[in-house]
Amino acid sequence: MTERPSWAPQGIDLTVPSVSRVYDYFLGGSHNFEVDREAARVALKAFPGIPKIGQANRAVMRRAVQFAVDRGVRQFLDIGSGIPTFGNVHEVAQAAAPGARVVYVDNDPVAVAHSKAVLDGNPDATIAAADLRDPLSILEHPETRRLLDFDEPIALMLVAVVHFLPDADRPAEIIATLRDALAPGSIMTITHATLGGPTPEGQRAAQEVYQRTATPLLMRTPEELEPFFAGFEVVEPGIVPLSYWRPEAPLTEDDDTAALHGLAGVGLKA
Amino acid sequence: MNTGPAGAWGGAGHRPEQDEQLNLRRFVTIWCRAIYSVTATSMTRGEFEAHLIPQARILHEALRAERFDPRPAAAVGAALVDAHCTDPEALPSILGVIDAYLVLYCPPDPDVSADEARIRCSRLQHAVAVGFSQALRERTLVEQESISRAALGAQAEAERALAASEAKFRAVFEGAAVGIGIADMDGNVTEINQAAARMFGGEAHIRRRNVRDWVHPENDPGTRGLNGELVRGERDGYHIEKAYARADGSVLWANLQVSLLRDAAGDPQYQLALLEDITERRGLLQRLRHQATHDALTGLPNRALFFERLDQALDPEGPTTRIGLCYLDLDGFKTVNDSLGHAVGDRLLVDVAERLQDCITSPDQLVARIGGDEFVALYTDPPGLTAVTDLATRILEALAAPVTLEERDLRVHGSIGIVHGPVGSRGAADVLRSADITMYRAKELGGNRYEVADPDADARAITRHGLTNRLPGALERGEFFVEYQPLIGLENGAVLGAEALVRWGHPVHGVLGPDQFIPLAESTGQIVPLGRWVLEQAARQARDWHREHPGADHPPRVNVNLSPIQLHHRDLVSEIAAVLDETGLPPGALCLEVTESALIGADEDALKPLRRIADLGVAIALDDFGTGYSNLSSLRWLPLSVLKLDRAFTRGMRRHPADPVDMKIVEGIVSLAHSLDLTVTVEGVETRAQAEHLRALGCDHGQGWYYARPGPPEALHRLSLADAG
Repeated sequence: MTERPSWAPQGIDLTVPSVSRVYDYFLGGSHNFEVDREAARVALKAFPGIPKIGQANRAVMRRAVQFAVDRGVRQFLDIGSGIPTFGNVHEVAQAAAPGARVVYVDNDPVAVAHSKAVLDGNPDATIAAADLRDPLSILEHPETRRLLDFDEPIALMLVAVVHFLPDADRPAEIIATLRDALAPGSIMTITHATLGGPTPEGQRAAQEVYQRTATPLLMRTPEELEPFFAGFEVVEPGIVPLSYWRPEAPLTEDDDTAALHGLAGVGLKA
Repeated sequence: MNTGPAGAWGGAGHRPEQDEQLNLRRFVTIWCRAIYSVTATSMTRGEFEAHLIPQARILHEALRAERFDPRPAAAVGAALVDAHCTDPEALPSILGVIDAYLVLYCPPDPDVSADEARIRCSRLQHAVAVGFSQALRERTLVEQESISRAALGAQAEAERALAASEAKFRAVFEGAAVGIGIADMDGNVTEINQAAARMFGGEAHIRRRNVRDWVHPENDPGTRGLNGELVRGERDGYHIEKAYARADGSVLWANLQVSLLRDAAGDPQYQLALLEDITERRGLLQRLRHQATHDALTGLPNRALFFERLDQALDPEGPTTRIGLCYLDLDGFKTVNDSLGHAVGDRLLVDVAERLQDCITSPDQLVARIGGDEFVALYTDPPGLTAVTDLATRILEALAAPVTLEERDLRVHGSIGIVHGPVGSRGAADVLRSADITMYRAKELGGNRYEVADPDADARAITRHGLTNRLPGALERGEFFVEYQPLIGLENGAVLGAEALVRWGHPVHGVLGPDQFIPLAESTGQIVPLGRWVLEQAARQARDWHREHPGADHPPRVNVNLSPIQLHHRDLVSEIAAVLDETGLPPGALCLEVTESALIGADEDALKPLRRIADLGVAIALDDFGTGYSNLSSLRWLPLSVLKLDRAFTRGMRRHPADPVDMKIVEGIVSLAHSLDLTVTVEGVETRAQAEHLRALGCDHGQGWYYARPGPPEALHRLSLADAG
C-alpha cells in the first residue's frame, strides 16, 4: 500500500478536511475545525440531506449491534469509527450486553487521539490506529489481539467506510482477508453511499467535496456491494436503503430522504 | 380516545391525574414531532419521545407552581442539548411548541390568569433558551477543547514519531557503510555521512566543492552529461563507476548511484548520492585482469590478450582496416634452455622481452609472448608493409647484440614471419597460422631474417601443417613403417646391424621422414606410442635376423632412437624389458640412441631410467655427439657404450686432403672414447675417402649413403649376404 518504511510517521495536516471530523459536524458535533466545517457547508449546500444520512447510518449501526447482541455476539470490530461522539458501538453494545468488547479502528490520527481520550478507563473498548487498505495491519494490531478472540464470533462493522475505497484498492479482497480471520457465526455490517441523490448535479457536488478530503467518496449500487458479502449469508431484508434495514418504527418522510442515499446490508458467516 | 385538547377538558369519566398525564403525553408527542427531525440523536422516535416526558413535566411543574420560578426550565434546554438537539433550527422548534401548546395541554392552576399563564410561558421559554444556549456553549467549548487536545496529542505523537524516525534515519545515515551525500539542485553539498567523509579523506574536502566540479581524468567522457540531465529533471537517477580525487590526491573509485529527491508536488528538491568505495576491488580486478592477460615471466601481454586484440582488430565492424603481424621464433633458444638450464633460458627470455618492448614505437603496436620462445608483434593500421618490415628489422637488430648471462655471451637470433593486409574475411587463427608458416620459411632459409607471407609459400608450408591434423590416428591406420640403415664395421666392412628409422606413408604427401613429423609427435605426445611401436618393430626385426644368422660371431644388432620425451616417460624401462621378453632378443643386440641435448643437464634422477636400461644389458648410444655444448666430463658418468659423431665432423673429410682440424678433432674424440671404453660410430659417411679417413682415425663403425641408404629389412639381408659373399 505504501512505500514508506514502517517507522516513517504519518503526517498530520490540519489544513485538510478530515472525513471523520466532517461527519462529526453533520451529526451536530463540534469536534471539528473550520476547514472541516467549510467542507461540510459546501457539501450541505449541494446535498442538504447529508446529516440525515449520517443519522440514518448511526441508526442502522445501532440496530445491527442489537442484532449481533441478540445472536450472542459479544465482540465488535468497528473499522472507520471516526470521532466518537454519541451512540457509539461500545455504548450500544455494552448497554445491551455488559462486558461486550469493542475495538475501534481509524486511520485519522486526530480521531485516534480523541478516541483514546474518550475510551480512557473503559477496559473493554480500545482504538487501533490502522488503515482498512492494509487489513493485516488491523488483524495483527496489538490492541486487536489484546481485546478480541478470533476463535469466537465477531461483529465486523464497516459503517460508511467502504465507499472510500476505490476499486483499485480491491475492496472485495480486503474484506475477504478480514472475513477469513473471522470465526463461524461472525457478522458483518456494511453501509455504503449510493447513487440515489435528488439530482445528478447534487451527487456530483457531494462527491467533489469528498474529493477534496484525503479520501474521496464512491457511490456503489446494491449489485456492486454483493461481492463484498462473498462467504457471508446476507440476512433479510438484504442490501437495502439504510432506513429499510429492520426499522424499529414506521418510516417517515425524513427516513425516505435519507434512505435514498445509503445502503445497508448484514451478512452471517457460516 | 380523544386526541385534541377538547377531550382533555371534557372527559368526565377520567380522574384529573390521568387526564393530566394524557395531556402531557399529547404535548410531548407534538413536541417530539417538531424536534425529532432536527436532532442528530441516535435514539428512536419512541425513545426520544420518552426522553422528552420528564422535560415536559418540568415545564408543567414550573408553569403551575404557586410561586412561579422559571429557572428549572433552563435544565430542559440543557437536556435537549444533551439529546443532540444542537441544530440551530432546533431551538425555534423547541420554543415554538412550548409557546403554542404548553399552556393548552399543561395548564397552570385555575387561579392563574390567562395573561399570567402567557407571561409564565414566555419566561419559561426564555429560561429554556438560556439553558439551551449555556449547554450548547459548554458542549461546544468542551468538544472544541477535546478535539484540539486530540489534534495536539496526535500532532505531538506524529512529531515524536517523526523525531524517532529522524533519529533512526540519522543513525542509518551516519552508520551506513556506504557513503551518502545530499546536494541541492545547484550542486551544493548539504549533507554527507561519515563513510563518505572517510572515503574522500575529509569532510571539508567534499564540502568545498560543487557536485559539478568532481571531474577526474580517469572518468569516461560519456558520463559527463549525466548530472546535467539529472538536474534538468531529464532523468531520475544514474548508476556509474566514477573516479574522484581524494584529499591526498589519490584516486577513489566509487560505485555511484545518484537519485533525484522530489517534493510532494513532484518538483526536484535534492540529489542523493550513494557511494560504495570500489577502489580496492577495482585494483584487484585490474591486477587479476593483468595477471590473466600478461605473461608472468616477461610481463608482456600473453596469448589471451594478444588474441583478444587480434580479434578486435580483425572485427569487420571495428575501426581497424589493416593489420601487420610479426611472428617471432627464437633460433637456438631450445639449445640454450637444454644446455644451460631453464633458469638461464628464462632470464634470456626476459632480456629478449625487454628488447622487443623497446622496439615498440607507438601505441598501435603490441608485443606479446604467446609460447615458450614465440613472440608476436601486432601492428594495428600500419601505414604500409614497409612500416611492418621496419618493425621486424628493429626486432632483428635488437636481438643482434649477444645477451650476457653468467658472464657468457649468448647469441639469440630470431626468425620472423610477417603477415600484412586488410582485415576482412580472415580469422585470428588463420592469420596466426599464416604467420607461423612464414616464420618457418624464414627459419628454413637460415633464420635471423624475416619473410613476408604470400599465398603460394603458405600453400607449400600448409602441407606440413596439415600433418598435425592427421598425425593422431596415423598409427592406428597403419601409416607408419620402419626402414633400416646398415651399420658397417669400418675395419672389415661387415654389416654389424642397422639403425631403425621410422617413416610415415602419408596418403597425400607420400613418404615422410622423421624430421618432418617427429617434432610434431613430440609436441603432441604421439611420440610415446609411436616410439613404442618402432621399438617393437625393430626388436622383432632384429630377432628375425638372429634366427636367419644362427651362430654368427656378431649377431646383427638394431639401433632405435629414443626421444627425450620417451626418456621421461615412466613406463619406458618396463616397456623395453617387456619387448625384450616378448621377442627373446638378447639385450646386447639392442642399442638405444639418445641425443646429447636430452642428457645434458639431466640430474641423477632423470638418468635413473637410462641406467636401469643399461643394467638390462642394452647398449646406449649418445647421438649427434658434438653438435651441442658437449660436456666431455659427462661421458665419464653417463651409462654409455657408444658415441655417435655428428655428420658435421665428416664433412671436411669428403675428399683428399681432408680438413686437418676436423681430422684432429675426430682423432681426439676417438681416443677419448676408447679410453672410456666407448665405441665410436660416425654418421653421414658419403664417400670412400671419408670411410678411409675414419677407419684410419680408429673409428669403429660407419653409417651413410656410401654404404647404403635406409631401406626395407630385406635390403639389409641382401647387403649382408653380399658382404658375406
